[in-house]
Amino acid sequence: MKLPIYMDYHATTPMDPRVFEAMKPYFIEHFGNAASRNHSFGWEAEEAVEKARKQVADLIGATAKEIVFTSGATESNNLALKGVAEMYAERGNHIITAATEHKAVLDTCKRLEKSGVRVTYLPVLQNGLIDLDMLREAITDKTILVSIMYANNEIGVVQPVREIGKICKERGVLFHTDGVQAAGKILVNVISDHIDLMSITGHKMYGPKGVGALYVRRRNPRVQLTAQMDGGGHERGMRSGTLNVPGIAGFGAAAEICNQEMAAEGARLRALRDKLRAKLESELDEVYINGSMESRLPHNLNISFAYVEGESLLMGINDVAVSSGSACTSATLEPSYVLKALGAGDDLAHSSIRFGLGRFNTEEEVDYVGDKVVDVVKKLRELSPLYEMFKEGIDLTKVQWTAH
Amino acid sequence: MAYSNKVLDHYNNPRNVGSMDKNDPDVGTGMVGAPECGDVMKLQVKVNPATGIIEDAKFKTFGCGSAIASSSLATEMLKGRTVDEALSIKNTEIVNELALPPVKIHCSVLAEDAIKAAITDYKEKSASRTNATVA
Repeated sequence: MKLPIYMDYHATTPMDPRVFEAMKPYFIEHFGNAASRNHSFGWEAEEAVEKARKQVADLIGATAKEIVFTSGATESNNLALKGVAEMYAERGNHIITAATEHKAVLDTCKRLEKSGVRVTYLPVLQNGLIDLDMLREAITDKTILVSIMYANNEIGVVQPVREIGKICKERGVLFHTDGVQAAGKILVNVISDHIDLMSITGHKMYGPKGVGALYVRRRNPRVQLTAQMDGGGHERGMRSGTLNVPGIAGFGAAAEICNQEMAAEGARLRALRDKLRAKLESELDEVYINGSMESRLPHNLNISFAYVEGESLLMGINDVAVSSGSACTSATLEPSYVLKALGAGDDLAHSSIRFGLGRFNTEEEVDYVGDKVVDVVKKLRELSPLYEMFKEGIDLTKVQWTAH
Repeated sequence: MAYSNKVLDHYNNPRNVGSMDKNDPDVGTGMVGAPECGDVMKLQVKVNPATGIIEDAKFKTFGCGSAIASSSLATEMLKGRTVDEALSIKNTEIVNELALPPVKIHCSVLAEDAIKAAITDYKEKSASRTNATVA
């Protein structure tokens, strides 16, 4: 077993060596511009792009023409939200999203609000899921778009996308989903899920960074977007810019591997994740799972170790790469807004650790991580005045703290 | 973020971890911070009433590595000082000793607050004891 252990697959995934092999010819040998129509260099590049477009489309049940390549999911989210807001401005100016969305959606919404778009941020239930009745009630005749992520990047909770899609369809509202964490991990199908727009990215599915896609439905309804990048009119005029051919070839290969291996991989990771959870829950008291365990990605575990601060825990397991929702690990010194949205209290957000398992994790690694976390949590609880008070039977919610 | 070796040392080998009887008249207890802010420090001093010298200091901290290191260091700094000398400890001494980066300065401030709270608690206790004796 090699240290350090990477268990932060929601942040990014290592590239699969098979993907790298698929990319290699397109750097030096086949370097052409996919938009060059009159020589073989261009044709080779175009062929690679079109093969990848089909591979990506197949992963999500789309047709190749519905895939618009971008630089990644942040761009895809921007293009979807801003492109729809601009294109459908005459029809309405209201967008509905959720409090636990990725910043690429939330901050895009904030920007749109400055230009007169009204945005409703749906709260989530304690399990991290949105309330479908609240969604129904939030839709007005001015609503043009609902943007709800497929699976959450922190707590791995999978939203009831099919039901959301149905509601949107019934009400004649477009439905965009940030599918970054779900695509390639669980079955995603834009037809049966009634998805009109979906953002995905290569580097969360063992492909390269710097390449992503936006699925844009072409039939029933035909979704239109105002381009946010002007230029040569690439990608059916929706996203200008010379295509990143090696990146796209890698993205395609990554999508195909996921398509073939997703079912077996998901089952394997679920077993490992459940083993890790069982270990932590059996050897430690006062641990809390954040978000629904029933509607969740198979490779995600987000868990709070009460009375232990997340950054200090990360420090103790410094040969394991995981993330924490603690304020001290964030640039803003604010605890995770996703965990806060669950209403569990800031103290549990400070104590949270996100384990994101993936393709290259082994059972041996999971056992090592489990042992190590148990040891460090026990050690830190010896140091924790809160754990001591808890053991003395003091109700911490009734203590007068000196907030600073 | 990279931690200084001194922070790592205090984190890995925290000094003077533990609790003393807070009802002991010679013990002063300070607890500062709040769970929702992500750090709580409990600092205790045991003072020799005859000399006014801090003979023992203990801490327990819920917080990041820098908060743990700051309070661990604080207990080391307290031992052997008089209560009045302890009150003059400044957070900047902790910052310098641990080489804390700017985002972790608040950990040292919290440690200074904990010291002040513990000393104040001790002084209040001994004042009321003196009053009780006089009465």
